[in-house]
Amino acid sequence: MLNNIAIGQYFPGNSILHRLDPRVKLVLLLVYLAEVFVFSNARSYMILGATAGLLIWISGVPFRMVLRSLKPLWWIILFTFIIHLFSHPGTPLWTIGMFTMTWEGVNQGVFISLRLILLILMSSLLTFTTSPLRLTDALESLLNPLKRFGLPAHELAMMMTIALRFIPTLIEETDKIMKAQESRGADFSTGSVLSRLRNMVPVLVPLFLSAFRRADELAMAMEARGYRGGIGRTRMKVLQIGSVDYLAVFLFLLMTAALCMISWAG
Amino acid sequence: MSIELKEVTYCYMPGTPYERYALRQVSVSIQDGSFTAIAGHTGSGKSTLVQHLNGLLQPSSGQVLVDGIDLKGSDKEARAAAKAARRRVGMVFQYPEQQLFEETVEKDVAFGPKNQGLDPGLVQGRVEEAMNLVGLDYASFRNRSPFQLSGGQKRRAAIAGVLALHPRYLVLDEPTAGLDPCGREDLIRMIQKLHRDWKLTIVFISHSMEDVARLADSVILMNHGECVIQDDPDTVFSRDDLLQAAGLRPPHIQRLLRKLQAAGVPVQTRAKNIEECLARIREGLKHAQ
Amino acid sequence: MSFIEFHDLTHCYNQGQENEYMAICGVNLSIEQGSFTVILGRNGSGKSTLAKHINGLLLPTSGVCLVDGRDTQDMDDLWAIRRQVGMVFQNPDNQLIAAVVEDDVAFGPENLGIAPQEIRSRVDEALKAVGMEKYKSFAPHLLSGGQKQRIAIAGALAMRTRCLVLDEPTAMLDPQGREEVLNTVRRLHDEQGITIVYITHFMEEAVAADRIVVMDQGRIQAEGTPREIFCEVEAMKAGGLDVPLAAELAWRLRREGMKLPGQIMTDEELVQALEAYGCPLS
Repeated sequence: MLNNIAIGQYFPGNSILHRLDPRVKLVLLLVYLAEVFVFSNARSYMILGATAGLLIWISGVPFRMVLRSLKPLWWIILFTFIIHLFSHPGTPLWTIGMFTMTWEGVNQGVFISLRLILLILMSSLLTFTTSPLRLTDALESLLNPLKRFGLPAHELAMMMTIALRFIPTLIEETDKIMKAQESRGADFSTGSVLSRLRNMVPVLVPLFLSAFRRADELAMAMEARGYRGGIGRTRMKVLQIGSVDYLAVFLFLLMTAALCMISWAG
Repeated sequence: MSIELKEVTYCYMPGTPYERYALRQVSVSIQDGSFTAIAGHTGSGKSTLVQHLNGLLQPSSGQVLVDGIDLKGSDKEARAAAKAARRRVGMVFQYPEQQLFEETVEKDVAFGPKNQGLDPGLVQGRVEEAMNLVGLDYASFRNRSPFQLSGGQKRRAAIAGVLALHPRYLVLDEPTAGLDPCGREDLIRMIQKLHRDWKLTIVFISHSMEDVARLADSVILMNHGECVIQDDPDTVFSRDDLLQAAGLRPPHIQRLLRKLQAAGVPVQTRAKNIEECLARIREGLKHAQ
Repeated sequence: MSFIEFHDLTHCYNQGQENEYMAICGVNLSIEQGSFTVILGRNGSGKSTLAKHINGLLLPTSGVCLVDGRDTQDMDDLWAIRRQVGMVFQNPDNQLIAAVVEDDVAFGPENLGIAPQEIRSRVDEALKAVGMEKYKSFAPHLLSGGQKQRIAIAGALAMRTRCLVLDEPTAMLDPQGREEVLNTVRRLHDEQGITIVYITHFMEEAVAADRIVVMDQGRIQAEGTPREIFCEVEAMKAGGLDVPLAAELAWRLRREGMKLPGQIMTDEELVQALEAYGCPLS
């Protein structure tokens, strides 16, 4: 039964981080990520790392869970690290065959890896503390000004909402159809890639047909409920910037000021 | 010959926060030639149970034996035997028409036998036989698109796709769901025919106690992932306590006869179908006069 | 006062094409304000097609459909009609739009452009009316079929609909879910006076109605009170439909020559009649 799987990795809670306006969180995250690239020195990384640690602690999300989000990218981080070890000219530390590890390489490797780790940790902290729905709302609201340049902000957000609603339903359905075809002797786990792909046809055809039927019925249900696009539409949940958000922005500016000082004054 | 479940326990997503026991220590048996009903409300573990019968799910603990062969083969030889045993159990899911995918009814019904590696001549024979069994005339339906059939016909085509595998046991998960009274009656007659003439052992999940009463000779009552009782329908329907706990009611016919009895008309309350119900009423009235 | 009127309504799918199909042929029907009407019929009898005309999801090929005096073919009135007529469809999965229950209920009022606080109070009220207030922050896919249908009903109520059209809302539900939905609908009708048009092929559900309309092959075959309809056992069976158990038993006993009063529909009526028959002296 796949229907218990939560979408994304939202970790329900009531921390300050959870309560922040999702737009503020999203914008601050983007600025933070930019700072990780701009302030690329040891002392700045100490501040940025400490901030990340503090925020994870405040969020109440178990540290282990946040670290787990690194797991799928662990190999990429390691690989980048090793590449950097050997690809920078400078003071040689150690040589095997034609590869030479340099002091500069180690330095660079550590930085690049830390950069990746901070990027991943902070992005996943956003998804841990913000439900996909609030993120959708935030995106719609942030993209709204771009409407006048022809960006369909409302439609994009509506599409995301519907996708979030239907992903669990479709996963469940895929599971059921696969089992039905397996009962008729279909084999999805052996054979070459090509033959496995071909074996998926009996699953994909019914799945697509059903998705089209669902889309058709959903469109009718939406129409019956008076939907006619984003025009004239209001929302029940309006995003509101409150004092917590101002505080967060203020603290963030303080951190940025500190980064500027130690990078350029020092 | 039978299917035996011995203390089967099944747990979804063990070791995660979503861990949930769908079956606990279920021991039931499905005798060869029987017409077995599985009853219980939504979420009682019925669907999980039937998916064990052909090895779609493997028990977390316990054993499933089909004709004495353990579906969890331990070595290579045993696994081959298990695979053969699983083929003896045909599975018809709820709304089976959703699994149709081929361009023609014939090709779709042939999907199973082809996967079994039968040669084309044999496959065609199987398809023709299966289609005729479900009442879709081979000559006139073979080249039609399954998607252009009516709701009831689609369902028959899907069932033919399973029958073409020549199962010994046929498992149906709510075969009549979504059909109108006419379609339900037709399908039930077809299943009865398969049981009677083709000597198929039938296992079916049903929400309708009326259908259970008139069709089944053995009832497995599920509640909260446990088999509360397996017995003949008369015995099961006389256990009000168990039925009520499982969120079910005895068939309407029996409820009506009980009301008559309570009103002082001396009727017997055992009746499988409307004819037997009429007989009980006649006897009761004769007795009263 | 009649709220919905069909005048010579005909609907033809794929008109002019090879697979042209007449789903409704010349239906005349009027449905009273505040009534509970059940439309019975087997699959393919045209009952769903008829229902989709009531809020302009389908437009008549010929004839007229009037809702509260407004013609559904008049584009200017369409949104006013949709505000008054809520629809609930057969498949509970394919009509919920949002990934959280309360957001879904809010979808209709949001489309009407109502102020946020007002939407909030309507959503809470609607969820309470269907007894689902505890589930407001649930994801729909974690609910049972019956609960999903109640959410769909709440979605219509939040638009302050005066009429609910339910198109086989229980066809895909288990008996428990069926009962939940029917009880909810009945309560809304009794307490809030909402006009109900309920389409089904389960005759047990039709017993609750003020009036039953039986459809077959795109035409109205019979209409009347449940008692009038269900006592025509032969006609119903010929049309591929069931009748309540008591009506069927009474009919068969009568055919065997037993003198039973006419128009028996419920268990209680049958028990009473048989009791009187069995012990005529007492």
